Amino acid sequence: MTLAANTPTHAQAYHGLVARRLVILGVLVIALILSVAVDVSLGPARYAVSDVLRTLFLPAQADIQMRVVVWDIRMPMALLAVTVGASLSLAGAQMQTILANPLASPFTLGLSAAASFGAAMAMVLGVAIYPAAVTLMVPINAFAMAMAASLLIFGLSTLRGVTVETIVLLGIALVFTFNAALALLQYFASEQALSAVVFWTMGSLTKATWGKVAVTAVILAICAPLFARRAWALTAIRLGEARAAAMGVPVKRLRLEALFLVSLLAAVPVSFVGTIGFIGIVGPHVARLLLGEDQRFFLPGAMLSGALILSATSVLSKAILPGAVLPIGIITALVGVPVFMTLILTKGRKAW
Amino acid sequence: MVTLQLDRIGAGYGRHQILTDISSPMIQGGALTALVGANAAGKSTLFRRIAGHLRGAGTVSLSGATKDDLRYMPQDTGMSAALTVYESVILALKQGRGGWRLSTTELNAVDKALHRFGIAHLAEHQLAELSGGQRQSVSIAQTLVTQPKVVLMDEPTSALDLHRQFEVLEALKSYAQETGAVLILALHDLNQVMRCCTMTIAIANGRTLGAGSTLEVLTPTLIRALYGIDARVESCSRGCPMMIVDGPARQSA
Repeated sequence: MTLAANTPTHAQAYHGLVARRLVILGVLVIALILSVAVDVSLGPARYAVSDVLRTLFLPAQADIQMRVVVWDIRMPMALLAVTVGASLSLAGAQMQTILANPLASPFTLGLSAAASFGAAMAMVLGVAIYPAAVTLMVPINAFAMAMAASLLIFGLSTLRGVTVETIVLLGIALVFTFNAALALLQYFASEQALSAVVFWTMGSLTKATWGKVAVTAVILAICAPLFARRAWALTAIRLGEARAAAMGVPVKRLRLEALFLVSLLAAVPVSFVGTIGFIGIVGPHVARLLLGEDQRFFLPGAMLSGALILSATSVLSKAILPGAVLPIGIITALVGVPVFMTLILTKGRKAW
Repeated sequence: MVTLQLDRIGAGYGRHQILTDISSPMIQGGALTALVGANAAGKSTLFRRIAGHLRGAGTVSLSGATKDDLRYMPQDTGMSAALTVYESVILALKQGRGGWRLSTTELNAVDKALHRFGIAHLAEHQLAELSGGQRQSVSIAQTLVTQPKVVLMDEPTSALDLHRQFEVLEALKSYAQETGAVLILALHDLNQVMRCCTMTIAIANGRTLGAGSTLEVLTPTLIRALYGIDARVESCSRGCPMMIVDGPARQSA
């Protein structure tokens, strides 16, 4: 046997692979920082980049109007793009992992549709699910419906004999159900309410506040480490349920835990920004193509790619029509799809 | 030395009882043991019961090892994860250990497992690129990388060509000899069983039909009862016992 002579080569090759992935993660971080910086410097009010930077780093010396624009309008928007992108992408990544389905995402499993229906309930009928906070009626309704939809999926997946295929089919059924219910509401809506609903479903970051940034960041900060602790087990699930179970992974329990976390991760951002469906599917696929599916790299990678895509889209949504901010949900799909198609057709043929 | 003994094992899924009464003599580690039986006889169920994935009647007595030293390799299914072969074996090693860091010892264990089963040249390949036989070899490496003392393998050679079957069975045999582990393999090729496995457990309809030394168990009567075929066990020109299949059992007997 030439075992001794060969031993270092595969380990070395593996170290090389790890190093390459760390570089990719590093590049993603840098790209994200750049994208956020550009995002903050762009907007309907035209300021020079140098002025924006001065306001960012020396807020006390800046002009008060500019300080408000940069710190209270642009920064929350730019950061919300990051937290929402990361959350939706992480949610999609783990849905795809535990359901062994490349199509699983908050969008395709009906969470976004449920949230839209909840928001429309508030805007068309004025029905508040939690009447104590009428000013937050839209996001609270959206969150409640999204959570209800994911808890329904969660509950049904605990039943005996329910397979991952059943869960995915059920999610698709939810999409159609909520879309139909939404259409019904729109049919009876006043013109004003109708346009509010349509605008909401397009997805938008313009209602960003520091509070929303904080809430999404906290949820991310809770969920990501919980997933990270289960990194090996989650990766093993992708080898197939039987194999993972044979390796000692408690597949059913892990799937339930993950579904619960995913519900939170997806429902909150969707209730804040509306339907930005694309990120939850594309973010994870980009990360998978770049980094593989070892969760030690895939998990941060999915968060970073989701954040980067949404942040870059936010930049585009301001840059395409100077002076206007286009709804981000539209841009993500229009610009993202061709990029995504190129990626999967050139690189991703073998996975899935 | 590791030993394993089955005593009146039962198991099933819900109300559907699959195993009713499986017993075996003491299985000694250090050699291969075969589990034979027709399709749907309950071989996989028995493995899952021994591995503790299913509950049921009877006792599995284990000495010289604990449940944590047991590994079960299910029948081959596709692996489509975006992982390299090397990564997939690391993954098997790290289950239940935790920690994101990999030590040199761990990487060496992965290397050793890949070499032992002749798939070191595939280390950097993606799982999705593998053929069925290569995938099966990777599964075997994944199963043995943790150096388990009790190994249950569901048809480990079903997708392998003749040459690879010999290689893999020899590698499994040497693993058993080196570690004193109990290896039970569900196999269909009875000539392979006679060549490699010292003991054999034969089951049908959830019951033991025979269990003990391979040549004593694999008699024409038992084979007829197991598979419904007429077969003879005769010495070949080199003196090795071989099974010759004559065809489906005739009704008269």
